[in-house]
Amino acid sequence: MSAPSGDTGKNAATLDYHQARYNIPLIFELHSGKKKALFFDGKYEPCIIPEKLARTKPLELPQLSELDVIRHYTKLSQMNYGVDTGFYPLGSCTMKYNPKICEEIASLPQTENVHPYQDEKTIQGSLQIMYELQKALCEIGGVDVVSLQPSAGAHGEFTGMLIVNAYHENNGENRKEIILPDTAHGTNPASAAMAGFDIIEIPSNNGQVDIEALKSALSKNTAALMLTNPNTLGIFEEKIIEIAELVHQKGALLYYDGANLNGMMGKARPGDLGFDIVHFNLHKTFATPHGGGGPGAGPVGVKSKLEKFLPIPSVEFKNGEYYLEYNHPHSIGKVKSFYGNFGVLVKAYVYLKLMGGDGLKEASEIAVLNSNYMKEKLKIYYDVPFDGLRKHEFVLSGTKLKEKGIRTLDVAKRLLDYGFHAPTIYFPHLVDEALMIEPTETESKEEMDRFIDALIKIQNEDPSIVKSAPHNTSVERVDEIGAAKEQILTWRMLKEKINRTEQP
Amino acid sequence: MVDYIPNLEKKEEMLREIGLKRIEELFADIPKKVAIDKLNLPSGKSEMCVKNELKKILGKNRTSDDVACFIGAGMYNHYIPSTVKAITGRAEFYTSYTPYQPETSQGMLQALFEYQSMIAELTGMDVANASMYDGSTALAEAVLLAVRHTGKKNVVIPHALHWEKKSVLLNYTKRYGLNIKEISYNANDGKINLRQLKEMVDEETACVYVENPNFFGVLDDNIVDVREIAKNALFVIGVNPLSLAILHSPREYGADIVVGEGQALGNPMSFGGPTLGIFACKEEFVRKMPGRLIGLTKDSSGRRAFCMVLQTREQHIRREKATSNICSNEALCAVATAVYMSTLGRDGLEEVARINMWKAKKLSEEINKINGFKAPLFDGPHFNEFVVKLPIEPTTLNKKLLNEGIQGGYPLKKDFLELGNSMLFAVTEKCTDEDANKLITALKKMGVGK
Repeated sequence: MSAPSGDTGKNAATLDYHQARYNIPLIFELHSGKKKALFFDGKYEPCIIPEKLARTKPLELPQLSELDVIRHYTKLSQMNYGVDTGFYPLGSCTMKYNPKICEEIASLPQTENVHPYQDEKTIQGSLQIMYELQKALCEIGGVDVVSLQPSAGAHGEFTGMLIVNAYHENNGENRKEIILPDTAHGTNPASAAMAGFDIIEIPSNNGQVDIEALKSALSKNTAALMLTNPNTLGIFEEKIIEIAELVHQKGALLYYDGANLNGMMGKARPGDLGFDIVHFNLHKTFATPHGGGGPGAGPVGVKSKLEKFLPIPSVEFKNGEYYLEYNHPHSIGKVKSFYGNFGVLVKAYVYLKLMGGDGLKEASEIAVLNSNYMKEKLKIYYDVPFDGLRKHEFVLSGTKLKEKGIRTLDVAKRLLDYGFHAPTIYFPHLVDEALMIEPTETESKEEMDRFIDALIKIQNEDPSIVKSAPHNTSVERVDEIGAAKEQILTWRMLKEKINRTEQP
Repeated sequence: MVDYIPNLEKKEEMLREIGLKRIEELFADIPKKVAIDKLNLPSGKSEMCVKNELKKILGKNRTSDDVACFIGAGMYNHYIPSTVKAITGRAEFYTSYTPYQPETSQGMLQALFEYQSMIAELTGMDVANASMYDGSTALAEAVLLAVRHTGKKNVVIPHALHWEKKSVLLNYTKRYGLNIKEISYNANDGKINLRQLKEMVDEETACVYVENPNFFGVLDDNIVDVREIAKNALFVIGVNPLSLAILHSPREYGADIVVGEGQALGNPMSFGGPTLGIFACKEEFVRKMPGRLIGLTKDSSGRRAFCMVLQTREQHIRREKATSNICSNEALCAVATAVYMSTLGRDGLEEVARINMWKAKKLSEEINKINGFKAPLFDGPHFNEFVVKLPIEPTTLNKKLLNEGIQGGYPLKKDFLELGNSMLFAVTEKCTDEDANKLITALKKMGVGK
């Protein structure tokens, strides 16, 4: 196969990216060189600790100078890739730019040094931010009430499932089934199962929910249908209104997985589409950074008929004062301590102020434009399952490369050499050798062109180079199978292994 | 509006290249009936304007720098060395996603591996995961593990437990229809009632959960007898991780799973979150653990490398059969904790734990001298919190204290009716002599007969 060569002009993909490559010992392996630290007012007298509880075995923790600690972690950070390093088109993760002003506001003492149980008079600022963020999310999601308590998307799903359960119980019904399409995020079935539901998976038809399959799955046992729209193929479920009607006719609820909201803001609202419960991923759509795995925030919004089941407390406003209301007898209670990841909420609030309603709409428009632009440019080179428009993301199939012995995993690793993060791979499962690409609205055309060029070039590279990639990262291909076999999960386990091998 | 969307100017050019004329054509798949053309939200504003507005809103808060803060109940006002933010503020860390591509994420992976190692060292357990959402969800997941592991449905928890944790536990375990029994505390010393525990544990007990220090701040040495009483049930313990700098690791008295709130170790209070759920256990439970686990391995050239391991437990592989639905966790808070512990070192950590204990003791003794107050209500050593019996309503007291620039403690009456007018006070290393004197002076004014 002789694909046309990629771009050679200014938007050509190049291999000049080199990630820092240090041999950094574990912090436990660094030499101890610490004198007495002076972080605190050191005046104290020894207290009596119950004899049965007093520590006798000294802790094996590092004893280092401050500079040693800073150098260690600074070097580690240089061996890590973030949005601020380069393009991060990880599908369904919405790795958009995280505005710096959001970090600054979240670091103010008025944000950080506030205890959640302080007197309400002293937390009016925090409560106002929560109250107004809830209102804004209601407008964006087309829902009536929002709770900011859940810590992450999956936590929001779990909260939503508890609400589904409470709703049916309150109606005197015992509905135990959650229906999911085969394109659903893995957290959906896991969250529903954690809330005690059985999972019914239905197939897709041409990349969308199969209406006939849905009809036959729906019954008086159906508690809810969980749906991601646009779905994980990036395709908008065009029959959503019919789907909602079918679900509601059976007395079931419709749940919206908000991971993919970035392609819809200002264009359609989940609530208007018929969804009863919606979760938002503030660390995706609303630009709060993902922190290498969290913290995120996964607020949950509902239609008014479900309001009474939301977690406590609610944040209310009356007579010029904000307050926390715990008196909701039908509430499911708590899904975490306190009120939610406030430090994350405040960043999303700042982002919403900066963008405004008009900016959010533009964000979705350009996110969708970028995604369709990339799909159209790449469809000559890679298989694109299912015709038609995409929203914020699209899925390619790497099957064409199989004849060269190159798998999607290899393409993903080779992209790292070009200085990009890899797309989400092998998901959704119904696409063979899937590459799920989400450019977001914050990426420039030039950067996307470079990424497209890299994907084209990889097809024509010496397969042995691609299959042994990456070469320009901190380490080369990692032996993940070996890691699972050996299971060295701590410094202590590593020491024990070293001792074993050193023994004659 | 600030420009975070570089292609706005190239819109027409890009549309043309893909054979379209108008942006609306990209949304032709949205049914007309439900399509909208705008959001009813204010327009975007400049960065300068937003910053000023936010400073004004947040200015309505009073911080623990403005008022002397004596409230804890699960979240503590500790000092955080400047190194922590210097590292967690590095964009290579905070703008990264979960390390799905290990080759380009070694920094985060190693930092999390070091975090796991430090928590394992502190708790004495074999393994720790890379974080849960918070202490209460960590507790709930520990009970779920115990129920799955033993196939049994009886669970024993302390009566002296924060109601919020209990509520989270009930939500997480609802599907199993567990039989959750509460073990009382001794009226005199606040420790768990061992005789009652013996009666509660039976062949159907999945786990026994206790806390040390307990919710009242009591250092409870009765817990060393729990292992034997719990028999075949798992022994789950909730800890304040800071206290472990001076206390036995739970492994030494036979714990199977250790959970706790890690906020105390280098994370700000931030009005309740983000926080850090600690989850550590014996190696035999590793395949049943929730959450991310980082392991050490090699790359193809034989160099040391790290990656996520045992992902077959997780939702993206196992879907409804996963050990937990957790995906995004609190990774950056775990990195903060690793930097915090590295900065303080072994000696620094011990020092801050001892300062906490000493300051709490000193303050409780001073309060006890005031007419009408009893502190601590329970006999015996405490860590950095203690219950005070008050001569007046706790909420009334707190309102009066606030007028003096003091945030009082956590009122207990609502959740522990038997304790009447009482309050939980917390003291950390940040509490100055001036703060303490201010409190004592204010309390004296409110003593009996005044």
